[in-house]
Amino acid sequence: MTADRARELLATVTGVTISGSGTPIVAHVPPERWLDAARFAKDTLGCAFFSFLTAVDWKEQGLEIVAWVDNLDDRFSVELRTKPGAAACASIVPIYRGADWMERECFDMFGVRFEGHPGLRRILLAEDWEGHPLLKSYAVDTPHPPYR
Amino acid sequence: MEIKAPVPQIPVPLWKDIKDLQEWETHHQRRPDSGDKHSTLFEQVTEGIHNFPGGFALTTVADGFFNWARKSSVWPVSFGLACCAIEMMATFASRFDVERLGMVPWASPRHSDLMIVSGTVTIKMAPMLERIYDQMPDPKWVVSMGSCANSGGPFRHGYHVVKGVDRVVPVDVYVPGCPPPPESLLNGLLLLQDQIAHFRRTGQRAEPTPKVD
Repeated sequence: MTADRARELLATVTGVTISGSGTPIVAHVPPERWLDAARFAKDTLGCAFFSFLTAVDWKEQGLEIVAWVDNLDDRFSVELRTKPGAAACASIVPIYRGADWMERECFDMFGVRFEGHPGLRRILLAEDWEGHPLLKSYAVDTPHPPYR
Repeated sequence: MEIKAPVPQIPVPLWKDIKDLQEWETHHQRRPDSGDKHSTLFEQVTEGIHNFPGGFALTTVADGFFNWARKSSVWPVSFGLACCAIEMMATFASRFDVERLGMVPWASPRHSDLMIVSGTVTIKMAPMLERIYDQMPDPKWVVSMGSCANSGGPFRHGYHVVKGVDRVVPVDVYVPGCPPPPESLLNGLLLLQDQIAHFRRTGQRAEPTPKVD
């Protein structure tokens, strides 16, 4: 499968809009179609390699979740992005097992709730940490007693 | 068997009750005990000998002997945190060779006298650092190595960085640099030895000689 064919196929998925040209294929997905888009990318487009998952804080517009998957055989990448404003999102761990720790980190840093995640808890920060530090609303010098 | 009540701790004020950082710092004054813990009886006896006519000669000689012994075998605990640890290892290794100063990097805090905090202390690491410090026997010293340990350094505005290791343990010598070269750390260790040499357990504490780098 070529990258152009993958772009055409991905555009047929309901709710998905494609932007840009060439690779990576940037697909904007509504949050409720997130799981379907990921499954389509793996099963139909053959993107077996999960690269990363993270989030972007666009302040007023809310959070945008970004996942990058690669088809290593045919050398193209698909970048799945939700529309900004997703506070909760379906977990893609059933499809990409490597997304487990990435989603935990995303929850740790941004507070995104991934529904259906096998064990959504903090991965980098301490268990008793308050707040999610990579949000733009998190004050830089927020102290953390007793050491801050 | 009698169950003892826990030692009362100063309650840590909750951050949400406090309006800003300065107010929080005024509340938060907890510092662990530093230096040589000893009994008041020992202090009174040595003070008595010191004030007895001619007794100061004995206490001064004893101080000199103990200080010489202490500064001649300062064993740093091998505790590397970040990139400063590379320079610390270079200081320990053959080219700079702190062993000629009587310092043997030792892998157990229970046999060590000195902790070189070499690198960024994160909030998650600070309790472990404090625990290692508590495991070291008295008298013990701390050298803060590098900008990160001194003040937070380039990561000062990070959400996870302790802004200076002196918020966790008391520090004797600060070595600036990012990272400090081995010569710089060696200078800091020599300053620490000078500081130990002027340590007075009995009588008056002597002024250390002003030393310009």
